Amino acid sequence: MLKDITLGQYVPGESFIHKLDARVKIVLTFVYIIILFIIDQTINYALFTIFTAMLVFLSRVPIGFILKGLKPMLFILSFTAVINLFMTQGETIWSYHIVGSWSLEITKEGIVIAVLMLLRLLYLVIGTSLLTLTTSPLMLTDGIEKLLEPFKKIGVPSHEIAMMMTIAIRFIPTLAEETDKIMKAQMARGADFESGNIVRRAKAMIPLLVPLFVSAFRRADDLAVAMESRCYRGGDNRTRMKQMKATYRDAVAGAVVTLFCLVLIVNEIIL
Amino acid sequence: MKSIIKVENLSYIYQEGMPFEKHALHNVDLEIEEGDFAALIGHTGSGKSTLIQHFNALVKPTSGKIYIYGVDITSTKADLKQIRRMVGLVFQYPEHQLFEETVYKDIAFGPMNIGFSESEVKDRVYEAIRLVGIGEDKLEKSPFELSGGQKRRVAIAGVLAMKPRVLILDEPTAGLDPAGRDDILSSIRALHEAEKDMTVIFVSHSMEDVAKIAKSVIVMNDGRVFAHGSVAEVFSRGRELSKIGLNVPQITQLVLRLRELGVPLSEDIYTVDAAVEAVKAIIRGDRHA
Repeated sequence: MLKDITLGQYVPGESFIHKLDARVKIVLTFVYIIILFIIDQTINYALFTIFTAMLVFLSRVPIGFILKGLKPMLFILSFTAVINLFMTQGETIWSYHIVGSWSLEITKEGIVIAVLMLLRLLYLVIGTSLLTLTTSPLMLTDGIEKLLEPFKKIGVPSHEIAMMMTIAIRFIPTLAEETDKIMKAQMARGADFESGNIVRRAKAMIPLLVPLFVSAFRRADDLAVAMESRCYRGGDNRTRMKQMKATYRDAVAGAVVTLFCLVLIVNEIIL
Repeated sequence: MKSIIKVENLSYIYQEGMPFEKHALHNVDLEIEEGDFAALIGHTGSGKSTLIQHFNALVKPTSGKIYIYGVDITSTKADLKQIRRMVGLVFQYPEHQLFEETVYKDIAFGPMNIGFSESEVKDRVYEAIRLVGIGEDKLEKSPFELSGGQKRRVAIAGVLAMKPRVLILDEPTAGLDPAGRDDILSSIRALHEAEKDMTVIFVSHSMEDVAKIAKSVIVMNDGRVFAHGSVAEVFSRGRELSKIGLNVPQITQLVLRLRELGVPLSEDIYTVDAAVEAVKAIIRGDRHA
C-alpha cells in the first residue's frame, strides 16, 4: 500500500551523514549528480560504485530500506536498459529477424551503454534518496531556503518556496494515511479497486478521490486559519530557533567530495 | 450462545522488517457471541482499530486465525466480498467517506456493489434511513449540505444498507457535541434492539458511554486483551483499570470506594439511577440491596 513507499522518507539517525549541515548536503548531492553525468570511463564507474557504497555504509540506513525505495523505479530502470540495449548502433553481436527490413539487434556498444545508463540512474536514485533518508524534511527545506536566499534580490521568494515545500512534505504522510483509510472504508462497503478494465478502474477511483479532495481542502483551510491566527506574515524578519551551523564535519565532507571529484576528472582527462 | 467471532492467537506487526516496525497486536484471543453488544475500549494506540479492521479482512494478520461464523477469513481462499457483506465496518469520522451527488446514491453504494436489483437496493436504502433516523426528504439532497451529525447518520446508513450480521463502529461519537453523542448512542441502542440477532461492537473512549449502552466490554492495552467480560465484571476491576490509565465511570468509582468502607452495595452498579436505588434501599434498612 501507500505506506510502503520509502522513496523520500526520513530515517532518523545519528550517523556522520545525518549530522552534516543540510545546506552542505544539498550542495554535495548536486555535485554528486553532476559528476555522475560527467564520468564516462569504466574505472570511474568502479570508483563511483565504491564511493556510493561507502556513503550508504556511513549513513547507517538499512540496505533493505534503500533497496525497497528502488522498487518503484524498477520499471523505468529496466525500460531504459532495454531501449539502450536494442537501439544503439554499432558492432552487431546478436540479431533476430522479425519481418521485412525489421530486425532486433544487440550491439557491443548497446550493452555498454545499457549498463552505464542503468548504473547512472541507479546511483542517481540512491544518491538523492540518501539525502532525504538522512535529512529531516524540516532541515531540508531550511537548507533550501538558505541556499536560495542570495536569489531573493532578483525576486525569488525563497521563504515562500521553502514554506510551500515544508507544508507539502508535511502533508504527504497525512494524505497517504487518509487515502488508506478512505480506501478501506469504501472497501468495507464492497468497493473494488483492483479488478476490471481501465475504464472500470478509473470509475472505481471516484469514491476515493472525491472524499480525498474534500479532506485536502478542509485541511488546507484549517491550516491557513491556524497560521493566520498565529500571525504568520511571510518570512521577513523571521528568526529561527535552530540556527544552521557548519562544523568541522562539513569541512571534512566537502574536502572528501572535492578530492573524489578531482580524481575522477583527472582520470577522465588522462584516459 | 454460539460465538460468531473467534480470534485465535492473533498478532499483527506494522512494517515488519523496517526501521519503523511496530507490534500492534500481541497474541490476541477473543470470542464474541451472537447478539452481543460489545464495547471495545482502550487508549489511542492500544490496537483497537487494528483489531476491528481484521474482522472484515481489511488487514491480514501477521500470524493467528480469525473465524467469522466458523469461516476462516485469514485463509487465502476466503471470499472477501462475502465477509465484508456479513461484517459491516463503520470507520472513525465515517462522514469523510461520503462522495455521491445525493444521499440516496451514497447509501446505495454498498448494496449496488453487492449486486442487488434496483428495487432491492431501494428497499434497503429506505430501511437504513429509517433505522438511523434520517427523513426521506433528505434523500435527494447532496450529502455535503447536511449537518455533521446527519452526515454521520448517512454514512452509518451506508453500511447498514448492506444488512451486515455484525456491525462494528469505530468511535461513532468522536467529534460530536453532547446532544449529537446521545443521539447517535441511542440510535445504536435502538438498532440493536430492533435487530436482535445482529451483533454490535463499538469502539469507545468513554466509560460513561460504555456503561450506558453496552452488554459486554473488551479492554485493550498495549496490543493485548486486558479484560473481557460483562460490564459489571470489568468495572469491578476499577483499580486495575486506573493503573492502565482508564477510568471507570465516576459513579462506579464512588460505589467501589463505598464498598471498601464497608457499605454493602452490590458491585454491578455503574449508572447513577441504579446507585440511587441501591442507596435508597440501604437507607430503608434492607441490608441485601
